[in-house]
Amino acid sequence: MTEPQHGDRPHSPGPSLYPIGFAAGIACILVGLIINPMVIVPIGALIAIICGFLWARDATKEFRGEPVAAIEPERGQVRESTAAAAIPADQGEAAMTEPQAGERFPRSRFLEGATLGLGGVIGGLVTVPAIGFMIVPAFRGQGYPTVDLGPLENFTEGKWFVTKFFMNPEAGEVSHRTAYIRNNGLLNGKPSFTIISNRCAHLGCPVQPNGPVQDNQSKEIDGKKGQRVTMIPAIPAGGYGCPCHGGQYDVEGNRVSGPPVRALDRYDFAVVDGHLHLGKPYSVSHVKGEGKDALIYKYKLAGPGQHVDGLEQLLYPLQPPH
Amino acid sequence: MATAARNKKSARRRQLEAAINYPIDWLEERSGLVGALKYFLFRKVPGDTGWWHTLGSATLTAFLVQALTGVILAMYYKPDPQNAYQSIQHITNDLTLGWLVRGMHKWGASVFIILMFFHMARVFLFGAYKYPRELNWIIGVTLLAVGMLEGFTGYLLPWDQTAYWATVVGINLNGTAPFLGPFLADFLRGGSEIGGETLARFYSMHMLLIPGLIFALIGLHLYLVIRLGVSSPPWSHEAAGSDYDDEPATNGRSGLTQPAARSGWRRNGGDSA
Repeated sequence: MTEPQHGDRPHSPGPSLYPIGFAAGIACILVGLIINPMVIVPIGALIAIICGFLWARDATKEFRGEPVAAIEPERGQVRESTAAAAIPADQGEAAMTEPQAGERFPRSRFLEGATLGLGGVIGGLVTVPAIGFMIVPAFRGQGYPTVDLGPLENFTEGKWFVTKFFMNPEAGEVSHRTAYIRNNGLLNGKPSFTIISNRCAHLGCPVQPNGPVQDNQSKEIDGKKGQRVTMIPAIPAGGYGCPCHGGQYDVEGNRVSGPPVRALDRYDFAVVDGHLHLGKPYSVSHVKGEGKDALIYKYKLAGPGQHVDGLEQLLYPLQPPH
Repeated sequence: MATAARNKKSARRRQLEAAINYPIDWLEERSGLVGALKYFLFRKVPGDTGWWHTLGSATLTAFLVQALTGVILAMYYKPDPQNAYQSIQHITNDLTLGWLVRGMHKWGASVFIILMFFHMARVFLFGAYKYPRELNWIIGVTLLAVGMLEGFTGYLLPWDQTAYWATVVGINLNGTAPFLGPFLADFLRGGSEIGGETLARFYSMHMLLIPGLIFALIGLHLYLVIRLGVSSPPWSHEAAGSDYDDEPATNGRSGLTQPAARSGWRRNGGDSA
């Protein structure tokens, strides 16, 4: 076999001027491209091709069976040692002195600690802000804007409306939300509304009214900043049902059956300049009574599936800021 | 005669071989990579390993298909609420072979998960998770969990009704975990409501964070497979690597191969001690 066996000896090619010639040819081509492509480029190409060919022949000598000049490895002059014979490593003095009894912090330990410590500090300086950036924005500046749902007259007293609106019109379709709204008339001289969120208290699917939804009587109200409110009269005589896992609620949003852990969430509201304004959502454990006389057991907004009352509420002691 | 003819190579043939060997030799001398690859590929395995033992590499292949098709899909997909659905339709209906690559990624995802379970069942039923391979079982279970997370984050990306509501339910499900659940849900959503932030961060997790984690865990998984060797099936009467021992194996199931035997593990008693 001609396969070269190098063993421990490094395999370095013999000295050759051809690579330099090749490089010069390439340089000549590049310069020629700027100065005079018709004359200098062919000259450069010729130099490069000839030198390249010779270089390749030179480099493959070994395989073509031609003798290769042995390269004498560089060696430093071995000086005549005037010292005594070398002492075996396991005898004599150690190269580095053992740390003294009082010296508890040798140099190597210091360097090791400094490397790890500095590395840790640098790593922390990079990682901590990055992880903070990943996590914190999800919890800051959250909240629910006020939504103008249009004039009060649109909400006929005692009737339910499936009301669709954009929580944030700029975000588009993804912020489309639905609430079931009923005008309860006046309570102590002030308007009363029942505004039930359609977000199921099980895992957040949209609940549907159990009863006719009069799509042909739907009405659209265009508001400011691209807001568009759609109102569809409905008669949720059988309350609400969730298509995902079968949770059922009565018309006030109380859980009747299925997996939900509490009643449907509701929205605060305000009446501003004769318009109904939707406020913040809140969670409800259950509702006693109906309409404007209803007694609502109100809690801070919790995610679907989270208990707000009973023993299980201990499992969710803290809620992120909303 | 034939062998003599084969042994006597022509000068040209020898030259050719040397020319082919040269770059390999060059690389090996400087990196040791060729030897490492040989060590990885030509390991001793027990004689009675069979098709059941191919489930692991089948899972790996499924993952590599996901990685490759995913990288290409990422060249056409647009992760924002206005464009995500349209870009998926564009990939499926308009772009050349887009339907095929998306189909491979979509169905391949199920194949990957199913193969992980088959592989896990094989390891469990063969008892291959036992000493000294417990750590590899743990890494495998982590891979399963992380693989499921990959499925969960990928499911949102088509941004259709199924994707949206499945993710609503999935995130709220995480939200019901005690104590930190509500915070986990907000972290996953990137806020209190699902929106563009959610899609973007699911995309980032799906194509960068989780695949990186999976690659790292697969690396560890394979390292341990190579270090500890392939276990023989429960019905085996042969101990792999017994060639390397002076004494015959006392336990036909130990199935340890060369590296551990060389490290003196068997000589010090192994698992029969």
